[in-house]
Amino acid sequence: MSEYQSSELYQARIVALAKSKTGAGKLASPTKSARRDNPLCGDRVTIDVTLDNGKIAEIAHQVRGCLLCQASAAALAKTAVGRDASGIAELRHDAERAIGREAGKAHEPFDAFEPVASHKSRHECVLLPFEALKDALS
Amino acid sequence: MTFDIAKVRRQFPILSEIIDGRPVHYLDNGASAQTPLAVIDAVRSYETTSRANVLRGVHRLAERATELYENARADVARFLGVEPMEIVFTGGCTAAINLVAYSYGPLLKRGDRVLISELEHHSNIVPWQLLRQRSGIELDMLPVTTDGQIDLGALSKMLTSETRLISLAHVSNVTGALLDVRKVVEAAKAVGAKVMLDGAQRAPHGPLDLKALGVDFYVFAGHKAYGPNGIGVLWARPELLDAMPPFHGGGSMIGRVTLAETTWAPPPRRFEAGTPPIGPAIGLGAACNWMAALDWTATHEHEMGLVQRVLDGLQKIDGTQILGPASLQNRYPVVSFLLDGVHPHDVAQTLDSFGVAVRAGHHCAQPLMDRFDLDGTTRVSIAPYNDNSDIDVLLTGVRHAATTLR
Ligand SMILES: Cc1ncc(COP(=O)(O)O)c(C=O)c1O
Repeated sequence: MSEYQSSELYQARIVALAKSKTGAGKLASPTKSARRDNPLCGDRVTIDVTLDNGKIAEIAHQVRGCLLCQASAAALAKTAVGRDASGIAELRHDAERAIGREAGKAHEPFDAFEPVASHKSRHECVLLPFEALKDALS
Repeated sequence: MTFDIAKVRRQFPILSEIIDGRPVHYLDNGASAQTPLAVIDAVRSYETTSRANVLRGVHRLAERATELYENARADVARFLGVEPMEIVFTGGCTAAINLVAYSYGPLLKRGDRVLISELEHHSNIVPWQLLRQRSGIELDMLPVTTDGQIDLGALSKMLTSETRLISLAHVSNVTGALLDVRKVVEAAKAVGAKVMLDGAQRAPHGPLDLKALGVDFYVFAGHKAYGPNGIGVLWARPELLDAMPPFHGGGSMIGRVTLAETTWAPPPRRFEAGTPPIGPAIGLGAACNWMAALDWTATHEHEMGLVQRVLDGLQKIDGTQILGPASLQNRYPVVSFLLDGVHPHDVAQTLDSFGVAVRAGHHCAQPLMDRFDLDGTTRVSIAPYNDNSDIDVLLTGVRHAATTLR
C-alpha cells in the first residue's frame, strides 16, 4: 500500500529502549526522589535514587508519558549508576547532542535519539527524565 | 440541495497541499479548522480596498471599513438567530468567556454559585476560579458519565437557590458529547439561574437558533468555525449586556469621558474597547455566510457518516477504546480514543508520518482526564471537507502504531 510508510521517528533502537523498561519502577528506600511534569503534554516522570558518597548507587523511574520519555528514562537508568551530578550533566550533553541542540556526536545509548532532532515539539520528552534526575540530585 | 464534497473541498486551497510527498489529511479541526476562499477573499478585499479604522473617521475608507465591520456583526447575528446589537466581537472564545466572568461577574455576590462540569475546557473553568478568588463566589462541577457526557441526572442535586449561572460546553471538545440544552434551561429556570453555552465545538457545524435554545449567553471562536484567528464572539441577551459594566476601558467604549467620570457606551461597543480585530471580524462574517449556505441536513449526515467510519474502523483494531458516546446519538464529529499500550502522543506522531493531522494530549481538559485517570487521548475532529480517504489513512496509521509501538 502506497500510503503505508514507516514512521521515521520510531526507529527500532528507541522502541527497544522503551520496551526494555530498564530501571522502571520504584526503589524500596530511595535517598532522594523527584517528580517532573511537562505541563504542555502532560508527561510525568518520577525518579528515585540511592546515593553513595554523592554517586548514584541505584536508580528507578516511573514514567507516565510517551515512548520517547520512556526510552530516555531507560537510557538514563542504563548509564547513571556510579555517576554524580556532574557525571549526569555529561550524559545530558550527550542527549542534547543527539537531538541537535548541541554540536557534536552523541554516544551510545543516547545516539539512539538522533531521529528526534527534526521533531522539535518532542525534544522535551527526551529531556524530562534528566530534569527529574537533576531535581533529585540537587 | 445535497452535499457535494468535491465542491466543498475545492474551496479550501490547503487541502491540495502536498507535504513531504503526502496529501494533507486534516483531522484536527477541533483545534483550528481550515479556511475557505470565501473568507480569504473577504479579508483580502477589506485589506486591499477598504482598510481603515472603524467608527472614528469621516473619510470614505473609514466609512467602508465601518460598514464591513457592522455587516459582519449582522452576518454573525443571522448565523446565531439573534440581533446584531447583541453580538460582541472579542479576541477569541477564551476572551469571550473571560469577558462574561469580568463583566457579568460583578453582578454576582459572595456566596452565589456558578455551575460548570467536569468536562469543560480550561477556558470555561479557570475564569470562574479567578472570579471565585476575586469575589468569593462558589464553584460547583457537574460529574461526567462513563461515556463522556455531562451527567444531567445530577442537575437537581447540584442546583441551589444560590446558583446564578450554569456554564457548559454545548459540544465537548474531547468526547464530542452534545449537551441536552433543553434539560439544562428548564432546570436553570426553576432556580432562576442564567445559562451560558461554550459553543466552540458546536458553531463549526451549522447555524444556530439561540432564541429557540433559550440560553442567556453563547460564545465561540472564529478560527474553529472556518474564520480567521484573533476573533471570537459573545452573544448575550440585551438586558444582560445592558446591566453589565465594561471589562476593558479605552476608546470606542465610552459615552463621555471627563477626569471625574466616564459614562459607558451602550452594548456592544461598551465591550469593544480600542480598535477591534476588524479584518478577522469581516472574515468571520464571511465564514458564517459560508456555513449558512451549506445544506446542513446533508452536511451533518456526511460528517456523522465519517464518525461512523472512524468508530467502526477503530473497533476492528485490537485494544482501542472510545472515550465518548458509543453511537451517533447525542454526539458531534469529535472522537477521542485510546490505543492500549501506546501513548496518545506516539499515536499522533505516527499518524503525522502518514500525513494525518490529529491532536493528542489532555485537550485543555485536565479535570476530565483525571476523571478517567488518563494522561490524554488521541482526538479526531471532523469538518465538512473531510472525506473517506482521510478516515481510511487514519485507520491505516492507527493499525501501524498498534503493530510497531507495542
Ligand atoms: C470547548 C472549547 N472551549 C473553548 C476553547 C477555547 O478557544 P480559544 O482557544 O480559541 O479561545 C476551545 C478551544 O480549544 C474549546 O474546544
